[in-house]
Amino acid sequence: MSREGFAAGDDRTSAGPPAAPADAPTGRGSAVAAVLRRVGLSGRRVVVAVPYLWLLLFFLIPFLIVFRISFSEALIAQPPYSALLEWLEDPDFGELKLQITLTLTSYLRLFDDSLYIVAYLSSVKMAFISTVLCLLIGYPMAYAIAQARPSLRGPLMMLVVLPFWTSFLIRVYAWIGILKANGIVSNALAALGLVDEHFEILYSDIAVYIGITYTYLPFMILPLYATLERMDRSLLEAAADLGCRPWKAFLTVTLPLSVPGIIAGSLLVFIPAVGEFVIPELLGGPDTLMIGRVLWNEFFANRDWPVASAVAIALLMFLVVPIMVFQYVQGRQQDAEARR
Amino acid sequence: MAQPIRKPTRLEPWQDPDAVPYVRIDKVTKRFGDFVAVDDVSLNIYRGEFFALLGGSGSGKTTLLRMLAGFETPSEGRIFIDGVDMSGIPPYERPVNMMFQSYALFPHMSVEQNVAFGLKQDGVPRAEIRERVAEMLDMVQLGRFAKRRPHQLSGGQRQRVALARSLVKRPKLLLLDEPLGALDRRLRERTQFELVNIQEKLGVTFVVVTHDQEEAMTMSTRIAVMNQGYIQQVGTPSEIYEYPNSKFVAEFIGSVNMFEGRVVEDEPDHVLVRSEEAGCDLYINHGVPAPLGTQVWVAVRPEKIALSKEPPPAAADGRNVTRGVVREIAYLGDMSIYLVELAGGKTVRVTMPNVTRRTELPVTWEDEVYLSWRPFAGVVLNQ
Repeated sequence: MSREGFAAGDDRTSAGPPAAPADAPTGRGSAVAAVLRRVGLSGRRVVVAVPYLWLLLFFLIPFLIVFRISFSEALIAQPPYSALLEWLEDPDFGELKLQITLTLTSYLRLFDDSLYIVAYLSSVKMAFISTVLCLLIGYPMAYAIAQARPSLRGPLMMLVVLPFWTSFLIRVYAWIGILKANGIVSNALAALGLVDEHFEILYSDIAVYIGITYTYLPFMILPLYATLERMDRSLLEAAADLGCRPWKAFLTVTLPLSVPGIIAGSLLVFIPAVGEFVIPELLGGPDTLMIGRVLWNEFFANRDWPVASAVAIALLMFLVVPIMVFQYVQGRQQDAEARR
Repeated sequence: MAQPIRKPTRLEPWQDPDAVPYVRIDKVTKRFGDFVAVDDVSLNIYRGEFFALLGGSGSGKTTLLRMLAGFETPSEGRIFIDGVDMSGIPPYERPVNMMFQSYALFPHMSVEQNVAFGLKQDGVPRAEIRERVAEMLDMVQLGRFAKRRPHQLSGGQRQRVALARSLVKRPKLLLLDEPLGALDRRLRERTQFELVNIQEKLGVTFVVVTHDQEEAMTMSTRIAVMNQGYIQQVGTPSEIYEYPNSKFVAEFIGSVNMFEGRVVEDEPDHVLVRSEEAGCDLYINHGVPAPLGTQVWVAVRPEKIALSKEPPPAAADGRNVTRGVVREIAYLGDMSIYLVELAGGKTVRVTMPNVTRRTELPVTWEDEVYLSWRPFAGVVLNQ
């Protein structure tokens, strides 16, 4: 009872966009606030609006530029693509006309040349396998950390995110040293007499899997840990009390309840892994086909900016649209559950 | 101590020396590091009992219950259920079910699936599961809500799902951890009677943990009052209320007036305590093992004291009669609480049923009144 009263009181003080007579007589500050309020900007909205504007500026504008380039034609010029909008002088009437040229050749190329589709599918496959590996390694780790003594959980999570304190590039380079011929792994295996010292994992799909799994593991562990740690322990006690053995209780209670964490972690690993460029470039072999590499080649080797842009847009559509739809549906479900 | 005044109306196996306890807690101690949560507790609980563990927070009652369920292992001592030593037996193999304080309903399962969970673990055939679940849900009047998820239910409905889930396996022993804690007063009163009905109908032995003395009094056959890990007193509700064995129990259960005094007469059939605090001699019509001159406390319940403006007829000998001034009156509808200040400065709490209308209160503020009580009202406590 008293807590409810408390919360209501709290609400009233923090959420007062229209009526705030308390700060009315404080002079200039309140005058500015009043103007802002008239425009519909309360302090609360500004806090939300600023990062949104930032994202709009630095995500949407580059995206639109890329989107625009994808409809141009490649030219050997500066910039290396044709203009979309051109002012043409009509020879008969001497008027200026606006001509819009949309070229779909870049998109058609994506389907003509099997390279793009194969690279795309290969990226999805590699990202998927890496995500599964992250889940298999990350779930037990997150579970163990969530089960640890509360005083140990902080330090253990710290260890999980510790690699972020060094540069991502340096960590990938370190893997080269580990995986190359005469590297740590091949020397160790050679010492055991399993392989000779020329054995090399580097420059193969396996090296890419290792690299991606290693790099993105913390993104899997963090949301999983958050879900598992929040889980009510009495649920497992209830399961045991009803005659459920620990392993079965894990499968019937813990696992279903950690699905939101599994989904969040998998998305956080899968999405960047599909477009990953650095890891396949440094660790992958000549046959390692990933869309990020194709993209890079189109931009910098072929200087075919329109096709590169089309690849980027297609990637985005194939990847982001289903995920956004999924998130939207899930969000609506959660809303529905919360409302009841 | 004293014999209970009430006649045995219900089954009272604890009176029978030959009865075999269903649950035997044998010198159980539980330590968490340096902290002793349960301190050398021995208890016998009999089949069909509704046994309450009553105590404040940190009294060890929940730890004791969790040891019965198997979630904690005793540091010392043993627990027998139905004659079987429970040491080393995990919770999922014990013939015990528990209703959790938080209900611990599985949020990702419907009401029906929650109730069916325990039966599924035992490999009960599907058709039988369906039948028993439906039967159970009917009993707790939740048949209509079978397909709902726990978050779509009210607190009272969730509590009933938890009860159904813990009863569906027909356990011989049901443990309830603050079962009614989250319910509002009216729902709680109704559920108390429902629980007792279910318990009597199914013949299950209930062990319930509660901090609410009223709850313990209404529902249980016997109560164990716990304090700081050990058991202060075990007895029927009326024994505990009328014959508390310590200041702690007297003060924990209901409200009580304590008068400090010295024993001046110690006969087999009565005791006389001289108390300056009370301003009179206190005559108690039962003997106590307290030698002459011992310092003792006499506990008198507020409802056993009568207030009057005229000297009561028994006032002649000056025993169990004292005088004071009414300082406060709290009107509660069915009864009123009077705080009366005695000559010595002590405030005594008296409750009287409001048999007349409020406007015609016999006693009012600042009235000088006589307080008197009968010889059986007082209880002598020497700790």
